[in-house]
Amino acid sequence: MDINTIIMEKLTIAEETFESRLIVGSARFPDPDTMCRALEASGTEMVTVAIRRANLENNGQIDVLSYLQEGGYKLLPNTAGCYTAKEAVLTAKMAREALDTNWIKLEVIGDEDTLFPDVPELLKAAEELLLEGFVVLPYTNDDPITCKKLARMGCAAVMPLGAPIGSGMGIRNPYNLRIIKEQVDVPVIVDAGVGTASDAAIALELGMDAVLLNSAVSQAKHPVEMAEAMRKGIEAGRLAYEAGRMPRRLYAKASSPEEGLIDVQHNE
Amino acid sequence: MKKKPEHIAIIGGGVIGLSIGWQLLRKGAKVTLLERDEVGSHTSYVAAGMLAPYAEVGFEEIELMKLGQKSLQLYPEFLDQLAEDTDDLPTLDRCGTLMVGIDRDDTEQLRRLYDFREELELPVELMTGTAAREREPYLSPNVVSAVWLSQDAQIDNRKLLKALKQAFLNRGGMLYEQTSVDEIQRQDSSLYVGTAGEENPIAADAIVIAAGSWSGQLGGLPEKYGPLFRPEKGQIITLKQTRDCDLSCIVRSPRTYLVPKEDKTIRLGATSEDKGFDTEVTAGGLKYLLEYGWEVVPSIYDLPMVETIAGLRPAAKDNLPVIGPTSMPGVYMAGGHHRNGILLMPITAFEVSKEILDGKRSEVLHNFRPERFYE
Repeated sequence: MDINTIIMEKLTIAEETFESRLIVGSARFPDPDTMCRALEASGTEMVTVAIRRANLENNGQIDVLSYLQEGGYKLLPNTAGCYTAKEAVLTAKMAREALDTNWIKLEVIGDEDTLFPDVPELLKAAEELLLEGFVVLPYTNDDPITCKKLARMGCAAVMPLGAPIGSGMGIRNPYNLRIIKEQVDVPVIVDAGVGTASDAAIALELGMDAVLLNSAVSQAKHPVEMAEAMRKGIEAGRLAYEAGRMPRRLYAKASSPEEGLIDVQHNE
Repeated sequence: MKKKPEHIAIIGGGVIGLSIGWQLLRKGAKVTLLERDEVGSHTSYVAAGMLAPYAEVGFEEIELMKLGQKSLQLYPEFLDQLAEDTDDLPTLDRCGTLMVGIDRDDTEQLRRLYDFREELELPVELMTGTAAREREPYLSPNVVSAVWLSQDAQIDNRKLLKALKQAFLNRGGMLYEQTSVDEIQRQDSSLYVGTAGEENPIAADAIVIAAGSWSGQLGGLPEKYGPLFRPEKGQIITLKQTRDCDLSCIVRSPRTYLVPKEDKTIRLGATSEDKGFDTEVTAGGLKYLLEYGWEVVPSIYDLPMVETIAGLRPAAKDNLPVIGPTSMPGVYMAGGHHRNGILLMPITAFEVSKEILDGKRSEVLHNFRPERFYE
């Protein structure tokens, strides 16, 4: 096979297709210029942005949002910082109005220390937003039952965490993620926990459809370089998944063939 | 060779505009400064007055740190000159910064900041919480680790603003407050500054735009210079310093900072928000500052709260200053000082006034030119 013809399968969410399987958050970069360059290096097509009432009342001045719009990314507004279903629904509606998109990354946080999701509130908010016609991408625990409920409800993808938001602890429960992937028929996106490129690769090798990350890039010493590393990690992980890994064995198996060896005569 | 500008108009009366104007006056130019509100009533006033190139430096901001370092070195000379033109000067307080952490995650972060400063061969010391409390007894017993930056300093920026205004006037500068500039015009080879409500624009040989976040609202600028700065909102609290909390150095955690000032107050700041020109003080902003300030210095609990205020840091796309001639002949930009306006004031004032009057390009400003955005 000509290596130039190797093409990764594309990612499809709610009938929209993406070349890149990486979604990147726009928070906590050292400066917007670094953010823009990192996003470009990451190859991402979709960028998630936190929505606040005040930053939507734009009076023509430039802000971080305008840099993202210039970059031509699909904007995925999120409800970061919402602690109740009600707040999250309100934020989603504001975002829809201001950014002219019905896509929403739904996040309902349970407590400040862990930033783990509040699942009952999340389910409530998801129900409501789906009725309102949103394309809902919920950030959730790596709990197969919750993910199944969200998928059945009509969410366009499920986004279980790999580890707590901003922790960089990597993929802590690969087994649950695999169960989730087998149990739902919408894309599974690992959201949160990725710390470095190998974490992203592992997520994709496990068969996850995409990775959403932010701090791993924005908090790296050199965000642009890390973004490039993430792009490669994602590509490597996905290709490895599509290629199908060899089976694991406990004992060695020589990689060179053992048949047809030259029979060396011991004459002396 | 162009003729040396004799009359210079400055738009914006913060530390940058005032200090450039005053330096130009000292060098014999005629200067008119226009300020849309009162001089020194916005960003320069709200600032905490930290002169902390060593605490602030980010992993990719080494050039900015060097500029800050040079500017800090120029502070004594700047203040000596200021003493010739006015009295009641603020003191340059070389108090140092203690960066503190309260748990394992903070310590990891401090170690990373420490390693980076070690690599840069900056004067830096990593210490335990106990050692940090010996240096600063008001630190919380929960502080477990600290990084000591002995070379950082601070100054009372509000006293500085008053001194700059006085020096500017004493040197014969023309000051128009409550005068907002609508437009910059160029007719033949002359420049004019058009102000609201005035029929006759003010003629000048050169114009310096030092209007911070508001620079983009000037009419008549080449289009590309309009959207140069975005306002970054910062909320800050002023506490009255009593014997309950006699801090001796700048204390900062990964979340907040406390700066003891010479007028016996403590500035507790600051948020960073992307909210346009909004300067409302919010419950959430104050909660954040109080909670994370209290976490590292618990005795602020009993201090009277004197003021809550918000200001707008002017930030270019790369958060670096934008200093130099624009593509419009005679029109000069001095802005985008972001978090570092008070620190970068001396070097900006000295270099810009020299460049304008001598026509020679300053080497130290090389990385901070407007051209970097437009070839």
